[in-house]
Amino acid sequence: MHKSYGKLQVLRDVNVEFGTGKVVSIIGPNGAGKTTMSKCILGMVLPDSGDIQLNGESVLKKYAYRSQIGYMPQIGKYPVNMKIRQVIEMIRDIRKKEKNVDEELIGLYALEEIYDKRMGALSGGTKQKVSAALAFLFDPPILILDEPTAGLDPIAAEILKAKILKEKKRGKLILITSHIMSEIEEVADEVLCLVDGSIKFYESIVELKAHTQEDRLSRAVAKIMNEGYHP
Amino acid sequence: MNKIIKYVLLDIVKSRIIIAYTVFLLLLSIGLFNLGGSPDKGILSLLNLVLLTVPLISIVFATTHFYNSYEFIELLVAQPINRTKIFMSEYLGVAFSLSAAFIVGVGIPVIIFSPGLTGLYLVLTGVFITFIFVAMAFLASVITRDKAKGIGIALLLWFYFALIYDGIVLFILYAFGDYPLEYATLAMTALNPIDLGRIIVLLNLDVSALMGYTGALYKSIFGSVWGIATAFGLLMLWALIPVLSSRRIFSKRDL
Repeated sequence: MHKSYGKLQVLRDVNVEFGTGKVVSIIGPNGAGKTTMSKCILGMVLPDSGDIQLNGESVLKKYAYRSQIGYMPQIGKYPVNMKIRQVIEMIRDIRKKEKNVDEELIGLYALEEIYDKRMGALSGGTKQKVSAALAFLFDPPILILDEPTAGLDPIAAEILKAKILKEKKRGKLILITSHIMSEIEEVADEVLCLVDGSIKFYESIVELKAHTQEDRLSRAVAKIMNEGYHP
Repeated sequence: MNKIIKYVLLDIVKSRIIIAYTVFLLLLSIGLFNLGGSPDKGILSLLNLVLLTVPLISIVFATTHFYNSYEFIELLVAQPINRTKIFMSEYLGVAFSLSAAFIVGVGIPVIIFSPGLTGLYLVLTGVFITFIFVAMAFLASVITRDKAKGIGIALLLWFYFALIYDGIVLFILYAFGDYPLEYATLAMTALNPIDLGRIIVLLNLDVSALMGYTGALYKSIFGSVWGIATAFGLLMLWALIPVLSSRRIFSKRDL
């Protein structure tokens, strides 16, 4: 798919397929198109050309497919006047038909204790916790997490990582954009690297380490970036 | 859709502006009916004030509401909900609550002080004007992402329809005074919802006898059931065109 904002080309000819039961990490420098790509999958940003398919069906201009995707935005924006309880209850009310509800993160983050705080009064990290809890709430088979641990305290980040690995074992596809290599190494199986809106490489971490002859992911990625990619 | 409207309405009621608006309209109407002496005079002064303030408050309130609901909209677009549904819920939520305020604030005093067809037309016109200017506000809001610019466009629209347009019409009437302009003025009226609303109510009052040939022509047209139906049909178009075009823009836009 292609996408440009005015003259700026954000995504150029991105063509990729993800399988289930994997954690794929999308990396790349700032402004490489990572967030735009996840927003395209969600239909929040409409690609200029190309197609996005889920289980072989195009999702462009559709909306029902979004029930299969849990999204955790980079910066969660919420109505400032609503309380945490109201936000969560509203989303549950709107999606009442869905029976599978996973409240594990609400419990682990002890959100119930601060249920009556207004969204506008929350710190960035607490908002991230709400975003995470909402993304996992309906037990969706696909999760898109945009820089999930940025702003979370170490304990909350650990909880989220454990949750990601747990859901992966249950056969879900999890896309994570992140800059923290050590974290990617912990949870991800594959790495998709975007530079200037096109795919630099898409490989499993094991392969990546093998052919760069590095034992740490950060070094391996740095090596590829510096020397160019020769598969 | 009903569920989303419910949350939009909850949000609006919480802000209390709508309650202040209702009280303002109530005080205005009761005051004017008590000042005017005859109920007809009351309706006339009420009409003039309503046609100035209702568009202004509707367009400003709706524009600020739209920009303030951006987070709410962003939260919902990631959910399995049709975008046009989100948009229409926002529109209907705002238009319904402003109309409810108008019906309470103006409708009740009219029933008490001057019940009748003219009063009914006044209330209907006010409701239509509310829907029209909320629609224009939403159009202004989807055209630009910048809140200040959006409110600027909204205010310009109000300024144009409430003040500038009449100036242009008067200028044309003055400049081409030697020609028969009855049908031209009729067409010009249809191009401004505020004027259209004014004519609908005015022609049901006795003052229309003072309006000369054009008044007589208007009376012969708007006096009939068909004329009134056409006028309300035109008002309906004035609401539908901006709503549908802004809905179209909204559903194709990046968020």
